[in-house]
Amino acid sequence: MSLLSVDNLTLQFQTDEGLVTAVDNVSFGVEAGEVLGLVGESGSGKSVTAKSIMKLNPENAVYGDESRIALTLPDGPVDVFSLKTSREMEIVRGGSVSMIFQEPMASFAPAITIGDQMVEQLVLHKKISKKEAKEWSIEMLARVGISDARRRFDQYAFQLSGGMRQRAMIAMALSTNPKLLIADEPTTALDVTIQAQVIDLMKDLVREYGMGIVFITHDLGVIAQTADKVAVMYLGKLVEYGAVRDVIRNPIHPYTQGLLKALPRLDDLDAPLIPVPGDIPSPLERPTGCVFHTRCPMAEPACAQQVPTRRNFGAGHSAACLVAGGGGV
Amino acid sequence: MSDFVIEADQLSVHYPIGGSLFGPKPVVRAVEKVSLSIPRGSFFGLVGESGSGKTTFGRALLRAAPISDGYVGYKDGEVQYDLAKLTKTELKDYRKRAQLIFQDPYAALSPRMTVRDIIAEPLEVMGITTTREETDARVREIAAKCRLNLEHLRRFPHAFSGGQRQRISIARALVANPRFVVADESVAALDVSIQADVLNLLKSLQAELGLTFLFISHDLSVVAHTCDHVAVMYLGRLVETAPTRSLFTAPRHPYTKALLSAIPSLDPDDTGRAQRLEGEIPSPTDPPPGCKFNTRCPHATDQCRSEEPQLASAAPEHQVACHRWQELFETVPA
Amino acid sequence: MTDTTANPSSGPELSGEEKARKEAYFTASQGQLIWARFKKNRSAMIAGTVLLLLILTGIFAPFLSPYDPTIAGADKDYRNGAPQIPMFCDHNGCSMRPFLHGVERKRNLKTLRFETTINIEERRYLQFFVQGWEYKYAAFSFDLPGEKNEVRFNGFSFTTHLFGIDDGGIHLFGTDGTGKDIFSRTLHAVYTSLAVGTIGVVISFVLALLIGGVAGYFGGWIDSVLQMITDAIRTVPAIPLFMALAAFVPDEWSSETRFFFISCILGLIGWPTLARRVRTHLLSERNQEYVLAAQLCGSSSGHIIRRHLLPSFTSYIIVDLVISFPYMVLSETALSFIGLGLKEPVNSLGVMLQSVSEADVLLNYKWEFIPVIFFVALVMAFVFVGDGLRDAADPYSSTKK
Repeated sequence: MSLLSVDNLTLQFQTDEGLVTAVDNVSFGVEAGEVLGLVGESGSGKSVTAKSIMKLNPENAVYGDESRIALTLPDGPVDVFSLKTSREMEIVRGGSVSMIFQEPMASFAPAITIGDQMVEQLVLHKKISKKEAKEWSIEMLARVGISDARRRFDQYAFQLSGGMRQRAMIAMALSTNPKLLIADEPTTALDVTIQAQVIDLMKDLVREYGMGIVFITHDLGVIAQTADKVAVMYLGKLVEYGAVRDVIRNPIHPYTQGLLKALPRLDDLDAPLIPVPGDIPSPLERPTGCVFHTRCPMAEPACAQQVPTRRNFGAGHSAACLVAGGGGV
Repeated sequence: MSDFVIEADQLSVHYPIGGSLFGPKPVVRAVEKVSLSIPRGSFFGLVGESGSGKTTFGRALLRAAPISDGYVGYKDGEVQYDLAKLTKTELKDYRKRAQLIFQDPYAALSPRMTVRDIIAEPLEVMGITTTREETDARVREIAAKCRLNLEHLRRFPHAFSGGQRQRISIARALVANPRFVVADESVAALDVSIQADVLNLLKSLQAELGLTFLFISHDLSVVAHTCDHVAVMYLGRLVETAPTRSLFTAPRHPYTKALLSAIPSLDPDDTGRAQRLEGEIPSPTDPPPGCKFNTRCPHATDQCRSEEPQLASAAPEHQVACHRWQELFETVPA
Repeated sequence: MTDTTANPSSGPELSGEEKARKEAYFTASQGQLIWARFKKNRSAMIAGTVLLLLILTGIFAPFLSPYDPTIAGADKDYRNGAPQIPMFCDHNGCSMRPFLHGVERKRNLKTLRFETTINIEERRYLQFFVQGWEYKYAAFSFDLPGEKNEVRFNGFSFTTHLFGIDDGGIHLFGTDGTGKDIFSRTLHAVYTSLAVGTIGVVISFVLALLIGGVAGYFGGWIDSVLQMITDAIRTVPAIPLFMALAAFVPDEWSSETRFFFISCILGLIGWPTLARRVRTHLLSERNQEYVLAAQLCGSSSGHIIRRHLLPSFTSYIIVDLVISFPYMVLSETALSFIGLGLKEPVNSLGVMLQSVSEADVLLNYKWEFIPVIFFVALVMAFVFVGDGLRDAADPYSSTKK
């Protein structure tokens, strides 16, 4: 059993305009010690998917009947959707599953010191004494490369710089020794040189702690540098899935291909930037059939009617496209 | 090539901040003694991280930020302005000649005006067109150039997606037929699949209308693909400026090198860890003495910590502000 | 290229009707969007209807009231009378026209109270569009102390009323101790409350816009000084201030003057909160990028204020006005209730509530509480409409997603 397995996840939001589909029949798994990159642009449903794992979606979320999210933890399997009370939910919220957010400033309470927040969380989840928790927190802060950790322990989030804050956030997320870490655009708000530091840190930590990571980002470069496997999402559909080298070097789905061609690359300054034609449709106007057919250069009439299922194109490399591989390319 | 649209010489922009009522007020040196010339018809890139002063510099060139010290000249044929000493009528004329494209396509468009009114506003305010028909003709012309659907001009901004809104703000910036355009992070808020489209549009408009662009961005790979000349800023100082190819193939300044290697490569096997920078950008209110980069530079010496390096020519059109660029260039591979 | 990129609805083929609906949404102005969102809010819509009805009742109060609400229109034969509800049927059969039974009143010699006996054999029919007491619209008379400050405009007189009765009186909500018709008084009181609120809100709004606008647009030390003044005004305690003012108001002032004076005072102490809001709106809007965009194309300050800043917060200001309205009404009522505000013969909800505090009324004449229902309805309607407007005008609620 995988550490995390998401099966047929379908998620709709009940809004004034009716049911809006955010995630449509998405399945994937994450093993321990593996980094899964979840890539997509705005409206792809990547964040919503991750939040489902922690049951963090708002009240108006409606999950599909077939949807299932299961964790296999050392103490036994956990079915996330069957967790009801807040006590049970502690497992997926800061216990065995932790989350890192894009904006670390927003995830630290402004009037409590970083140390107090870490200790509070540890005492809650790990049932250890305050004193032990403090020592452990300082050790974690030092581990993520925060210099002078003992002093930082007593500081507030606003006293730290952006990069330091993100490091503190990571230290806090890892202090409970989670089995699964969800990182939602953890480097997007950072400068490039700081982003590089944080990526290096995360890679080292995976090696050291051996947890599974779901890494959400819109940046294919960051994915290439961090992930072992990639899931490409578009308008709530998982369109391509595979090992990072396979997907980036040999993309199969026309959307993945388009994304890679649209991305300015430093290794070839003369390569023209080829945009993916058209705009991302609003979630209220989900195209029928293949969701990408309105922008797809390879679209055939059948694409507007038939919803493609994921087909295998090699070991562990699959794509949801009617045309690709089978005759189109 | 001596035909420059903008020539900045030792340009400084200082902002006073808060502080107490008594005693000297602390000053943020957002831009400090930057000398930079932008050739006519170029697509000039300005790169830097947050706090580098790149946005302030761009705004100073548009007279949207105060010029504290130094000289900025604008030249277009017969017209020549000293931007620090513009008279009211000159400023009015300069507004027609220089325009800004914003980063956030949501914030830059007034939600209470139709697309037609948004694009037409500069024409009406500057009194460029006199009749409604004339205005409409101009609006339709520029909207078509920016690939906007002319039937959508009656709509309000909420009807449009990010990419389309950015095309609207481009149309608005270009409607008065400016000669010099500052594009401040104009694609940063867009999705990758849309970003390329807007970049291509900017490039084709520049060629078609013969504009000079100052393209401000934090994203080196975008700059590499669109600009023909690049300047790199760090903590309010210009550290390196060069033609794009020269900068990306043979960067001289350690900061530029670090910046290049920090971009996550699409090749999973190329980690670029060798050039990692330690630490973070110091606060612009309290910059270190000497070379501003010395706190993070792996090659810093005592000289770097005390003496500020000046821009020096390293290759044709390639200037760098570093005490040790020469020896580093020969010994340390890029 | 143009076709695919410029069409936002590149989804499935749309029917003509749906297209038109979409186009209507895309070309809808902010005001129309706010209205569309407001319409979806059911409680706000109900409150809005109630409010509209109350406002109309207030404006047409003289036409709707069968009797003059002052002592001149009091029914001396029906003091402290119970409400009379017109009926269609009695033991003698039914009638197409609603009617009342006749009443007779006699003093009970033992208790010395008047007692009403209903003559169920006598029918008095309700009539519509009857001629009655004279009332004026657009009449204006204003006399400040001093001979020369008297302004008078006689306006237009009418005598037609919506309904009346052929013989005797009709008192839907009963009468009070002096025989004044509570129904008529309530309608006039609604008008008074609305008028006091309007004058107060207008005065405080003008002051707020001026002071808050100057503070917000110029910022710097002007802002600091104005904020200090605003805060100083906010610290003035209301009740002692009113007691002092009540002592200052000369007895010979007419009720109209008094009424106007009270409204002004309410406006003069109500502005600081509003001014603060105006200032905050301005400060945040001033730094929006579209304002900079306008500056960069050479717009003058006047153009920016007119074209961008004012429209950008009219919706907020309207919301603020609606929300501050009930506070004006409440203050007036509270003041009149404790006897510092309006006095008879002006009909205001506060004045009417004053009489229900008597034990006799509390025990025996419960219909005198009917105005309270109107008062609660009025305040609630304003609050709900204000909340609905605020939700609808909030640009972050749905359009930005």
